[in-house]
Amino acid sequence: MSTTPIINPNDPEKDYSILNLGPTHPATHGIFQNVLTMDGEMIVKAEPTVGYIHRAFEKLAEHRPYAQITPITDRLNYCSSPINNMGWHMTVEKLINCEVPKRAQYLRVIIMELSRIADHIVCDTVIAVDSGAMTGFLYLFQWREKIYEIFEEVCGARLTTNIGRIGGMDKDFNEKAWNKLTAFLKEFPKALKEFDALVTRNRIFVDRTVNCGPITAERALAYGFTGANLRAAGVDYDVRVAAPYSSYEDFEFTVPVGTTGDTYDRYAVRMAEMWESLSIIQQAIDKLPSGPIHADVPEFYLPAKELVYSSMEALIYHFKIVMGETDIPVGEVYHAVEGGNGELGFYLVSDGGRTPYRLHFRRPCFIYYQAYPEMISGGMLSDAILTMSSMNVIAGELDA
Amino acid sequence: MTTQELHDFVLSNSENISSSIVTSYVDRDFPCFEVKKENILEVMKHFKESTELSFGFLTTCCAMHFPEQGDKEFGMVYHLHNMQANTRIRVKTFFPKSDLKISSLVSLWPSANWMERQEFDFFGVQFQGHPDLRRILNMDEMNYFPMRKEYPLEDAGRDDKQDKYFGR
Repeated sequence: MSTTPIINPNDPEKDYSILNLGPTHPATHGIFQNVLTMDGEMIVKAEPTVGYIHRAFEKLAEHRPYAQITPITDRLNYCSSPINNMGWHMTVEKLINCEVPKRAQYLRVIIMELSRIADHIVCDTVIAVDSGAMTGFLYLFQWREKIYEIFEEVCGARLTTNIGRIGGMDKDFNEKAWNKLTAFLKEFPKALKEFDALVTRNRIFVDRTVNCGPITAERALAYGFTGANLRAAGVDYDVRVAAPYSSYEDFEFTVPVGTTGDTYDRYAVRMAEMWESLSIIQQAIDKLPSGPIHADVPEFYLPAKELVYSSMEALIYHFKIVMGETDIPVGEVYHAVEGGNGELGFYLVSDGGRTPYRLHFRRPCFIYYQAYPEMISGGMLSDAILTMSSMNVIAGELDA
Repeated sequence: MTTQELHDFVLSNSENISSSIVTSYVDRDFPCFEVKKENILEVMKHFKESTELSFGFLTTCCAMHFPEQGDKEFGMVYHLHNMQANTRIRVKTFFPKSDLKISSLVSLWPSANWMERQEFDFFGVQFQGHPDLRRILNMDEMNYFPMRKEYPLEDAGRDDKQDKYFGR
């Protein structure tokens, strides 16, 4: 383990040039700025600047009732908003000691795994684009659209979903959603195989990505890596296995790991995870129990609209939830879910008021992006672009 | 291992630093340890490097502000994780507003670098020994620490958006 740079960025003998990469460069996929010290085309030093789309989510969350915080979580990792939503619901459920019925848990698993596939489609196809393979991107990216159509049937929204409710799901899947899901499960494996055949063993792609931006398991752990990036370095840590939530213990799946932690391994781990996600969705559909889709927590779960118009209790609860007048236990909880790019944690402190006293998001991107300068130093500029896209850094999550 | 057993296990393996632990308890699924601020680096080093405990992964760290708590006005909360044994603990420390200095953990975990910069940015906690303590998400020219409770969410000069109109 060595942290000393091989090249001295302050070497007076050398005539280094400064390159400003970003913040709005099309190749950086988001608002990231890096001031690079360059020796020809080789990066000597990188100085990242973050915070361009900081929206004060932690401060906002201290002023909003619990149900109104879900839309904030949408905008963290917006490539897989449903996982963030579910993570938040489960955090509050942990605080109020609410056990969600099995059917709702399974429906949540289906939604979360779909959005994990959507997230990994973005990341893997973008790696391909950045290494010059536009075709694979075009073939696979339409399947993200199909996933969004399923979300649209389930909750009405596509990107910032606000899916589910505290206490369960807002509604069951309708006929159209099931049809679309069945069609997706039938057709998507073919498309994924096609993409796999186009890219994974492609000579140019392999040459470009192997040994590009590698990180050892030891450094990755020291830098707080989680998720696919950590698994690519060879550590089999997955929150779904280590601390199962939402009935993940009921499903059989393997945790794919890499060895070198380079761009190719990160790509390959995500590819393998998509197959695992498909298998989990299929298992969840096969085992889907019948029953209610939400827990019996009228103080937190919005009643059906027709009941609000006809029943007094429903009207009272509706009013209390919307105005944020529900009593909530005092306490603090930490809950983590396996987000699209790592352990997404919520540390919630409640003083019994209508809003959280303090809410801290453990945003995996923010924590592992600080390893980026170390990973790209000594490499080529074009490798830096590939490394960033393979780390799946999402600006919304990074800056919160 | 239940949470209570884990709590007792950590305590029994922390005799050399027991004078630094103010209090400890079990809160739901987390054993919590409140430690003296002066000894935070020593305690964390023990939790990380002791062979029995080896909480080698810093999951998260965040600052807290309780304006009414006097000597315990500010706090830092750390979540540690032992990935082999799959156990987690929470470490807390509190300090008054007059003394916002606390040892930085960057020497133990490089990942603490940006986490601590973020808490400096929002709460003004002064991490001693941090290699690069600058603001990170807010602009460098900002002259206050926005996550402290005395700063309102909206511009204090506005009178059209009062909490009382929104069910507060």
